[in-house]
Amino acid sequence: MDSVARRISAVGAGAALELRGVTRMFGALAALTDVTITVRPGERRAVLGSNGAGKTTLFNCVTGDFLPSSGTIRFFGEDITHFPPYERIRRGLRRTYQISALFPGLTVQDNVYLACCGVSRGRFSLLRARPDDALMHSTDLLIGAVHLTAVKARRVSELAHGQQRQLEIALALAGAPRFILFDEPAAGLSPAERRELIEILTSLPSHIGYIIIEHDMDVALRVVESVTMMHNGRVFKEGLPQEIESDPEVQELYLGGGHD
Amino acid sequence: MSLIQEARLHAKPPATAAQRRAAIAWMEFDSPAPPLVAVLLLIMPLIANSFFLIEIFGTTLILGTIALSLMLLAGYGGMVSLMQLTVAGFAGYMVAVFGVSGSANISLGWPWWLAVPMALALATAFGTFGGALAVRTEGIYTIMITLAIGAAFYYFTNQNWAIFNGHTGINTIATPHFWGVDWRSDIAFYYVILATAALCYFAVLYISRAPFGLALQGVRDNPRRMAALGFNVNAHRVAAYAIASFIAALAGVLQVWNYRQISPGSIGVERCIDILIIAVVGGISRPVGPFVGAFIFVILRTFALDFLVKVGLDGNRFRLLIGIGFLVIVFWSSDGVIGLWERWRRRAVRTESRARGGSGHG
Repeated sequence: MDSVARRISAVGAGAALELRGVTRMFGALAALTDVTITVRPGERRAVLGSNGAGKTTLFNCVTGDFLPSSGTIRFFGEDITHFPPYERIRRGLRRTYQISALFPGLTVQDNVYLACCGVSRGRFSLLRARPDDALMHSTDLLIGAVHLTAVKARRVSELAHGQQRQLEIALALAGAPRFILFDEPAAGLSPAERRELIEILTSLPSHIGYIIIEHDMDVALRVVESVTMMHNGRVFKEGLPQEIESDPEVQELYLGGGHD
Repeated sequence: MSLIQEARLHAKPPATAAQRRAAIAWMEFDSPAPPLVAVLLLIMPLIANSFFLIEIFGTTLILGTIALSLMLLAGYGGMVSLMQLTVAGFAGYMVAVFGVSGSANISLGWPWWLAVPMALALATAFGTFGGALAVRTEGIYTIMITLAIGAAFYYFTNQNWAIFNGHTGINTIATPHFWGVDWRSDIAFYYVILATAALCYFAVLYISRAPFGLALQGVRDNPRRMAALGFNVNAHRVAAYAIASFIAALAGVLQVWNYRQISPGSIGVERCIDILIIAVVGGISRPVGPFVGAFIFVILRTFALDFLVKVGLDGNRFRLLIGIGFLVIVFWSSDGVIGLWERWRRRAVRTESRARGGSGHG
């Protein structure tokens, strides 16, 4: 286990995702202040913190929805700080949303098919897919991987909340993801659905690393090997799950009193 | 047929008859109406006199095709462009400028088979460039920019004499003759229009289920999510403008052959807005909507004047009638006549299945 600790502390070359001094201002309000995080390839990490700690802003800076006010972001060594979102996605970065961001008027299959098109060269194709199409094939595989085959012809608006969360994950797995940002994937899920989510997360190929924002410690600590604790837009503490869980300061801040 | 569609059709095997009917209602040819309309359109020259053939049905199909290009942008892409008629007019002007016309000092006299591809290419480039300006904005600003482009082109043609011959415009434009056929003779021209309109209609229908069309609908519903799936949202929007411009340009060429002349009056701002009215009245959720809207518009425009005079009102107020019709339809259905039609059909299907269920028990 201390090899994990060593790897967490090892900064620099070979990192999957490397944030250095990332600050994001909204007017005079600093949502992120001097955030420096390094995640190695294949690493699975949880980001914890109370509401307003800057977790989702962190994700938005990494995916390019917001540009950081200062600092740099590197993805597998490449400086992506000023890349548009789609360029980051095409390099293997993926994300899911806290509130499902799907296409409710389209079917499950069309949603996943779109995600597969987005990271392929067939994006602008004016020809409809044939049944033997490679993208169609990977679409079906993905739908199977998140256990939605039975409802693949349904419109997304007809799906239950838990199924929509699973679809959200399927969209993030399209193409060849190298690193995924999960924004509260367990939000609103039943205990059974949580178990299914944990199974999906732990069965991901080992080369795919991720960061997961999750309030449910039972879920978060079961699927990660390291934890970053954020508070008021700053990195407050980093360490192994057990260390963070038993840390008195963290207890005070997050797990104990002020937890909402 | 694509796998997606097949999957959709075979969605729920153990469905009741009513449910199956409802599922089939999402198909394109869901009732006897479309094939009937297709046959009617094909044999129209046998039924209609030359006035109805060109002035009513020909004009309907041309205006419908221009409005179809708006439907592609607005219905699938969420971009309301008021410059579709401008793009069509641009193509018409280019046919006049490069081809043969009465204004020998302006027209270059190219044969039609050179002038038309040139006109289509230039008009598509023009519309794509306008689209590239417009896609940086959303909603009402898109409308403003495209309206500004339309207005600017109108005033430019009015004042430019070297190319556009000012407010006089260009007259007696030559139309194609080959294989011993005068393609502007009523029946031949009607089939040229019908073939072009059908081609554009089916192309839009087909594209709507292809990756490009699906992605365009995704861009309409959630551009931010599309970017997070790897799509360059603005590039997709510009590409949609390119396709829509080509469709509008095709209709523009037919328009100029129809009237054999073009002047700033043909591309005025109020004409641009007519296209929006046609698309909205017909319904912009499906490609057939613009044609329905165009038919209503042409009928009103042609007969409202006589009707108003007959009931003792000023015939020049026919636009009032169009305006009232527009208000009524938009008030009752946010998706135009197509929306009304679909709602009526769904109700008919429900009543029918209820009647059947009743007789089964009794």
